[in-house]
Amino acid sequence: MGVNDTYSRGRELLIADPVRAALVLALVVLLLDLVRQLVFGQVPVSQFVVLLKDGLMRGLFFGLAGIGLSMTYSILNFANFAHGDFITSGAFSGMIVTYIIAGGFGAEADIGSLALVGAGGSVFGAQLGIGVASTPLAVLGGVIAAALFTILLSLFIDRTVFEPIRDRSGITLLITSIGVAFVLRYLIAFIFDPSRRGVTDSNAVPSTDILVYDGFVSVDLHEVSLLVVSVLLMLGLHLLLQRTKLGKAMRAMSDNEDLARITGIPTERVIRYTWIIGAGLTGVAGYMFVIWNGTLHWFQGWILLLPIFAAVILGGIGSVYGAIVGGLVIGLTMSVSIVWVPTGLARASAFLVMILMLLVRPSGIFSGGSTA
Amino acid sequence: MSGTNDDADGKDDPVGGVRAAAEQLWEEDAVKLLGLILGIFALYLVGGALLDFGARQQVNLLANLFFYIGVFAMLALALNLHWGYTGLFNIGVIGFMAIGIYTTAVLAKEPALTEPAAGSIGGFGLPLWLAIIGGVLAAAAFGGLVALPALRLRADYFAIVTVGVSEIVRFTVLESDFQKMQIAGYFVGLGGGSGLILDFDPTDDLLEALGLLEPYTAFTESAGAALSLGSNPKPVFDSLLYGLILLVFLIGFYVLLRRVGNSPFGRVLKAIREDEEATQSLGKNTRRFKITAFMFGCALMGLGGILFFAVQGAITPSAFRPRLTFFVWIALIIGGAGSTTGSVMGGAIFAAFLFRGPLFIKNVVQQNVDSDAVDTFGQAVSPLISGLDPFPMLLFITDNLQQLQLVIMGLVLIYLMHNRPEGMLGHRKEEASTISLNRPERSTDSPGATPATDGGEPVDGGDTDE
Amino acid sequence: MSDTGAGVETNAPDADVEIDEAEAHDSEVEEAAKHTPRGVPLRVEGLRKEFGGIVAVDGADFAVEEGSLTGLIGPNGAGKSTTFNCITGVHEPTDGAVHFRGEEISGMSPDSVANRGLVRTFQIARELEEMTVLENMMLAPKGQTGESLWRSVLPGLRSGIMGEERKILEDCWEMLDFFEIDHLAHEYAGNLSGGQRKLLELARALMTDPTMLLLDEPFAGVNPSLEERLLEHVHELREEGYTFLIVEHDMDLIMENCEHVIVMHQGRMLTEGTPEEVQSNEQVIEAYLGGEVE
Repeated sequence: MGVNDTYSRGRELLIADPVRAALVLALVVLLLDLVRQLVFGQVPVSQFVVLLKDGLMRGLFFGLAGIGLSMTYSILNFANFAHGDFITSGAFSGMIVTYIIAGGFGAEADIGSLALVGAGGSVFGAQLGIGVASTPLAVLGGVIAAALFTILLSLFIDRTVFEPIRDRSGITLLITSIGVAFVLRYLIAFIFDPSRRGVTDSNAVPSTDILVYDGFVSVDLHEVSLLVVSVLLMLGLHLLLQRTKLGKAMRAMSDNEDLARITGIPTERVIRYTWIIGAGLTGVAGYMFVIWNGTLHWFQGWILLLPIFAAVILGGIGSVYGAIVGGLVIGLTMSVSIVWVPTGLARASAFLVMILMLLVRPSGIFSGGSTA
Repeated sequence: MSGTNDDADGKDDPVGGVRAAAEQLWEEDAVKLLGLILGIFALYLVGGALLDFGARQQVNLLANLFFYIGVFAMLALALNLHWGYTGLFNIGVIGFMAIGIYTTAVLAKEPALTEPAAGSIGGFGLPLWLAIIGGVLAAAAFGGLVALPALRLRADYFAIVTVGVSEIVRFTVLESDFQKMQIAGYFVGLGGGSGLILDFDPTDDLLEALGLLEPYTAFTESAGAALSLGSNPKPVFDSLLYGLILLVFLIGFYVLLRRVGNSPFGRVLKAIREDEEATQSLGKNTRRFKITAFMFGCALMGLGGILFFAVQGAITPSAFRPRLTFFVWIALIIGGAGSTTGSVMGGAIFAAFLFRGPLFIKNVVQQNVDSDAVDTFGQAVSPLISGLDPFPMLLFITDNLQQLQLVIMGLVLIYLMHNRPEGMLGHRKEEASTISLNRPERSTDSPGATPATDGGEPVDGGDTDE
Repeated sequence: MSDTGAGVETNAPDADVEIDEAEAHDSEVEEAAKHTPRGVPLRVEGLRKEFGGIVAVDGADFAVEEGSLTGLIGPNGAGKSTTFNCITGVHEPTDGAVHFRGEEISGMSPDSVANRGLVRTFQIARELEEMTVLENMMLAPKGQTGESLWRSVLPGLRSGIMGEERKILEDCWEMLDFFEIDHLAHEYAGNLSGGQRKLLELARALMTDPTMLLLDEPFAGVNPSLEERLLEHVHELREEGYTFLIVEHDMDLIMENCEHVIVMHQGRMLTEGTPEEVQSNEQVIEAYLGGEVE
């Protein structure tokens, strides 16, 4: 018995600690290898900077879209699998408005086609010259519409679907959210048709080439837009959380809902604001992603959901800043990983990072929650 | 399953009576299942008759229907072992199915020892039965790989890990670097985005192994002519035969999981589901139980995947998206997590009404209505608004029923979680013991139904003395 | 696995002789207990537990004698539950050691501890709610051969576990009779009243065939008549040779029933001794009685 237990304890130790050690080691080896590849020119520095830029863009999007997921996860205590389809909903609703404005309210194309974002190949974004520089008003209108629609949608779904089962377990809510995800996703496919469409005019995007050591890195306006919008919204949220009473209440609630109830913060009100802020950011994130990416389709949000979950878990559920940092880590992982793995496995490597993170430190980088 | 629970008088019966009652109960479940499936068949047959389906179409319809009932019931049973019994929130079912069928495919495909032509990939040329065992073992082993570290995570993290893992599997089979490679002289691979052609025929292979292929072919010719199934009736009989094979496997799954559920092993699984810490405090190595249960369930999911895809002629990565996992979940939730019979019923109902039903309706409409549906939602909506003409909209709906059917599934899922989270037969009421739990004969000397002497009410009195 | 311990039969080891004596001369029990050197199954040495810098237990040292009914008391936050959790393997102690029957068990998993005969109950009874009372009971016996997957499903092997199941079932019924909850056998544990759950939990713990029981506030939330019954059972079992360590809030209850009392305060051992000694200890009065109005 004694020997047996020593053995099993030793084995436990082997599982718990050396894994961590091995991961750190692997990370160090990868970084050294990266330096080697850069020094010996196997990966040109400029190409690496392109990867970094790409990862930054993705990461900002993951962070922005992840904030809402993280907030609902901690305050309502469930993993919302419909979050990805909130992203898609935001992107589509914003694009409807952008198309209508850019299409001159029916002057340049059939208003019905515009309202369906060119379903059935009736009208394309390039035709309408959509871009931040070429149609700034249409894009601005799209951003606002994306935020508003996603907020309304989330409030509607919360009222009809989640509120009646608020007191049930997180698992019940999670399964229910899968149902919501199905409804939203396939309703979008049904209404807007399941095609993948180009929504921006790539010729209308001003860009500039910057010399980086051994080559040029191109930066275009849509990348700058995504960067500016993300950073501004994140800063705004930071001020809201730190400076306002509402922000403090939300932080208290994500720390401990019971405590918040006892101390008399109106929880349903806080929940409402959680959806408003989370969904607003999510809608804008979805829309800006589509502007940056140039294509729009019905399951875009769903395939982005898992990396966003990865970001949120990495950053620690409930932590807004964690979501942002986690988003950047996942975004950079996905783009930089192609130095070592085939492009098709970039997303797989991001999931792997998430899984390893869960195993080593399930509470995330910023463990200890929302106040961070 | 409530029969055994409310029988304070049951202990007065002789042992034989108890056994008879238990058998009757089992039969009741079987009868329930049989009734449901026959009812579904009847419904479809009537539908087919109304459509003037010929014999061939009717047989195909039923074979097709039974195929989906069988596979979804099997997968729901496997998931029930994870979720219903053990409380393991696995939403990566499709990943384990993919491991199963891909392994089987690579093992069983005709070998290619010289560089094959572009687009074709060889395998290891093992006999199919061996390849199937290989696939099942691979799924179990992969399950173990996931379970070893992940089982200590809380349920929602476990869910995210499993769905992440299933996506990693899909990305891996999709990856062009693994499309074709040379292993020990064999040109094998996962086929990348274009997938793998399955150059084996499960029914033919089985018949050949039994030495029955030639008489079977002769039989199909004569029986086909007798039943006026048209020319080349063999595929029709093949699908019927495959249905029979599925039925055998389904019964196997059912009996197996029934046995797991009412054994001491299953008792520990249920205890883990209820409260892992309390179970540990009773000296159970819960980790071992969870790993065993998870791997066993994954093996069954792998087998389910093999049976699902082996007759499709080819597999492509796009078939292994997570939505199939959620289909299995909906089936399980309809039937009631924790109930073996419920899992099968859920699989049948899901397959018949949510999965195949809308497509059947679509066929009905399209066969009876001549005009074509419009292309976009807008074109369907405008006549509805301007002229109150719902016809284009209805046509558009039936034409796009593939999408709408998933909306319906989502709504069903939400409805069930709101109103009936325990499903049709949920409440996890199948007793976890190999034997009837009534008081054995010889210890009836103590007072029988003693009233609660402590004044604690037997039911719902949880708070009375708090 | 032989005698899965319907508690009515004596199966606790090492104490049989004494018990026989005790039963013979009821009045001399206390005397005998004091003079006969008895084994010390549980020994806690320098136990310390920190949670992220917060010290919950700061050096607990005590021993529990064979066949005794020992009480562990202290005001809220004294570290009683953490001590319990460290003994039973729920937490790994930061420092110090726990010995059970001469073997160090600190850091072992809860199931390893339980399998050594040291079994606990929980403060809030942890019934397996969607299982019946009988299923709860039948879960408990250790080392059931039917707990192997293959044995439970394969045709030949499965029949082999039937006999064992029958034996376990019989024992369970006997135990339910002993606790007078046999009328609830087919009831779902989730439907039991708070007090009935406590009875079931104790009965279930006994089905594991332990030699020592750790009871975490077994009387909390139990109505007075049931409390009395529960106490009777505990005394009866102790006389059969089981050893008990009871964490309890209710000071009077401990003083009346335990022969040895350990007092904890703010994560430290305050004192230990007979109820009389403890009650007259100034520190205890100040720390415990002063702090708690009970």
